[in-house]
Amino acid sequence: MIAFFLTFFLSLFVYLILTAGSGNVGLWSVSELTAGVALSLVTAAIARKFLCRAGNYRMANPLRFLLIPVYVIGPFFLEVIKANLDVAYRVITMRIRPGIIRVSSELKTDLGIFMLANSITLTPGTITVDIDEKTHDLFIHNINVGTGDEQKLVLRDHELFSIADLPAWIRRIAE
Amino acid sequence: MIAEWIIVAFLAIGVIFNALGVIGLLRFPDLYTRMHATTKATTFGSVFTTLAVIVYAVSLYFSTIEPQFIVLGIHALIAALALAFTNAVGSHAIARAAHRSGILPVPAVVDRLKEAGR
Repeated sequence: MIAFFLTFFLSLFVYLILTAGSGNVGLWSVSELTAGVALSLVTAAIARKFLCRAGNYRMANPLRFLLIPVYVIGPFFLEVIKANLDVAYRVITMRIRPGIIRVSSELKTDLGIFMLANSITLTPGTITVDIDEKTHDLFIHNINVGTGDEQKLVLRDHELFSIADLPAWIRRIAE
Repeated sequence: MIAEWIIVAFLAIGVIFNALGVIGLLRFPDLYTRMHATTKATTFGSVFTTLAVIVYAVSLYFSTIEPQFIVLGIHALIAALALAFTNAVGSHAIARAAHRSGILPVPAVVDRLKEAGR
């Protein structure tokens, strides 16, 4: 039942964003609102088992999902700016030491690993290539492996980021 | 007036970083390093050009008070979010598929994924 309502509100929210500006009840027209509610009911009936497959409702807490925009605009964007300037420097000078390193993280839930892997991929200079299913270690292609890092078997996740501790933020959001 | 300067600045940043991404795509030696150049073009280049569209929409909304400009801003924001998500998932899929089909990083100081036997 909780899964049904969560899927309903999420799909209604997405529908309302996509059709904003269609009329004069707020930003929407009456027909769009009716169609949105009907379609969201159908979507919730079909898709509730897929959205809430993990079986816990941690992310329904507004404190957690309102932290996501703060995370994206704040520490994540700072890291992206720094990495962009770094890769721009490497494009011009071609000083690269590429390599695939193994990075372990303390995150355990699927959502946490997903957010960490996507944050790493979106940061220029690092791409998540593969994941070890058992230990949840990530294999990351880095454009500039730090001197001495190629000797270490496993690196910790926060060693990849120099400005903000992104894994700690993700732990606060997703776990 | 200020909005126009912000739009020009955002467009300049976006175009410069997209151009650097293309230069990197041409200069880097193998698939993985080239993909770093393309992620850069998406995250900075396209996000900043989209931010310029959003600033344009908001400034027009404040001068004309027509809801169509808010719609333009919201749709540009959705485009930026969709671009960020598909870029992350897509580059991971390409890199993983390449490594599984035997394309190894050619200049590489270390390859832990190959050592792990996969």
